[in-house]
Amino acid sequence: MLQLKEIRKSMGGQEVLRGVNLKLGEAEKVVVIGRSGCGKSVMLRVIMGLLQPESGEVFFEGKKLTGLSEEAWNPYRRKIGMLFQGAALFDSLSVFQNLAFPLREQGEKSEKVLREKVAEALKIVSLSGTEEKMPAELSGGMKKRAALARAIISRPDIMLYDEPTTGLDPIVADSINRLILHLGKMFGMASIVVTHDMVSARMVGDRISYLHEGKIYFEGTPEQVDRCEDPLVRDFVRGHAEGIGITG
Amino acid sequence: MNVLGKVGSIFTDSCHTAGGVFLLLGDTLRSMFRYRIRWDQLWEQMFFIGIRSQVVVLTTGAFTGAVFAAQVWFQFKRFGMESAIGPTVSIAMCRELGPVLCCLLLAGRVGAAMAAELSSMKITEQVDALRALGVYPTEYLIVPRFLALVISAPILTGLALVTGIGCGYFVAVKIFGVDGAYYWDNTIKFTDSKDVVIALIKSFIFAVIIAAIACHKGMNCPPGTAGVGKTTTEAVVNASLSLLIVNFFLTVLLNALLYSN
Ligand SMILES: Nc1ncnc2c1ncn2[C@@H]1O[C@H](COP(=O)(O)OP(=O)(O)OP(=O)(O)O)[C@@H](O)[C@H]1O
Ligand SMILES: [Mg+2]
Repeated sequence: MLQLKEIRKSMGGQEVLRGVNLKLGEAEKVVVIGRSGCGKSVMLRVIMGLLQPESGEVFFEGKKLTGLSEEAWNPYRRKIGMLFQGAALFDSLSVFQNLAFPLREQGEKSEKVLREKVAEALKIVSLSGTEEKMPAELSGGMKKRAALARAIISRPDIMLYDEPTTGLDPIVADSINRLILHLGKMFGMASIVVTHDMVSARMVGDRISYLHEGKIYFEGTPEQVDRCEDPLVRDFVRGHAEGIGITG
Repeated sequence: MNVLGKVGSIFTDSCHTAGGVFLLLGDTLRSMFRYRIRWDQLWEQMFFIGIRSQVVVLTTGAFTGAVFAAQVWFQFKRFGMESAIGPTVSIAMCRELGPVLCCLLLAGRVGAAMAAELSSMKITEQVDALRALGVYPTEYLIVPRFLALVISAPILTGLALVTGIGCGYFVAVKIFGVDGAYYWDNTIKFTDSKDVVIALIKSFIFAVIIAAIACHKGMNCPPGTAGVGKTTTEAVVNASLSLLIVNFFLTVLLNALLYSN
């Protein structure tokens, strides 16, 4: 359904992505892990067409998206939702208006329908009753959840999550993981989840891809990743577990 | 060699920026016709630019008219030319002082606000979020701002002219004791509708310059909070300077067009 072929992209004079290949099937959930700064967010931006790669192609439902003009991208972007690492809520709009924004863009005019859908979406991310708040009045985690609600409210075919559980308490983080699974089951929504959180990765991933030095270094099911003997992968997966062991 | 290189790079940078501004202007005009106008956005911007700038613009107009009338009176009375004060004030207000000062203040107030707002949206990824939701930023962010400024500026300039000429009258007649009927009569006799047209055309073009430069700067903000400050300052400075430079050529051009016979 979505495919990246040999994506190369430099940022600020340094080659960040050096030939990334990734395939996402119907209703599949792929988790992308990797060290901080390895280019995970850049990869999501390339998929969304927010950054143009120097070479390589992005295919969506068999159609090549790379090379399309900014405006020609827009119909496809509406089928792909993205949760930004920094939430990126529109800070001049209230939470309600933020969530209603994608629906209004897709032609929904009835205030009643909008109210209902927004209330429902907020309930899913346990933010009920915050409609009239401005983004500046929300905590970091609440912003993230509001942004998540905005991204999924129009039921895109694919969701790209950039660190959906970072900065959330474990209980809310767990509910977000369940939400990702739920959306996949209920609506057949495929997802790419970028995360550092191995708990979340094991829970939601059908497949885990380890991005290293601009390439997908290792790919496999959560079990395969756990059994993997490669030192780089093992260090990443264990490093995290040991970290928790020390602080906890 | 080094100096030459610097001059060269400043020159190419300026050309690059100017090219960017023209591209943005073209894109804005195209988007204006290609997409439906977002009236709610436009009203919001009109309110901010048109209504909220009035105090600034009226004060500017009033005191410019007043001080100019006073200065003209100081000089003209030496030659016994009191009767020429009215038309001098009104023509100068219409042709230069009104549009130029009014738009310089708009560059400071509105241009800065546009650049600051757009650049902070840019660095907090809100512009990307907009794109990710399938909305073209030019159409959503720039067109309403552009239209609002281009519509408001001539109206505000008109208001500034009226207050400026009114205050000039007040200063000359009520304070310095010039004959009121005579003053007014001459003002009307020598002020042409073409003078007002010049004011409106100039303010319209200045508004285009301010909006295009401020929006271009805002949308090309370098990352980081320092970028917002730098962008805002540059937007105001560049817009003000371009406005003053364009004013000269515009004056020559309009004179040739309107008074060719
Ligand atoms: N706008 C930019 N200009 C210059 N360099 C950039 C820019 N954005 C990202 N980079 C560089 O690209 C690299 C990858 O950044 P990216 O944000 O994708 O990392 P990441 O994998 O998402 O990290 P994290 O897990 O910390 O979010 C980094 O080395 C960063 O310095
Ligand atoms: Mg990132």
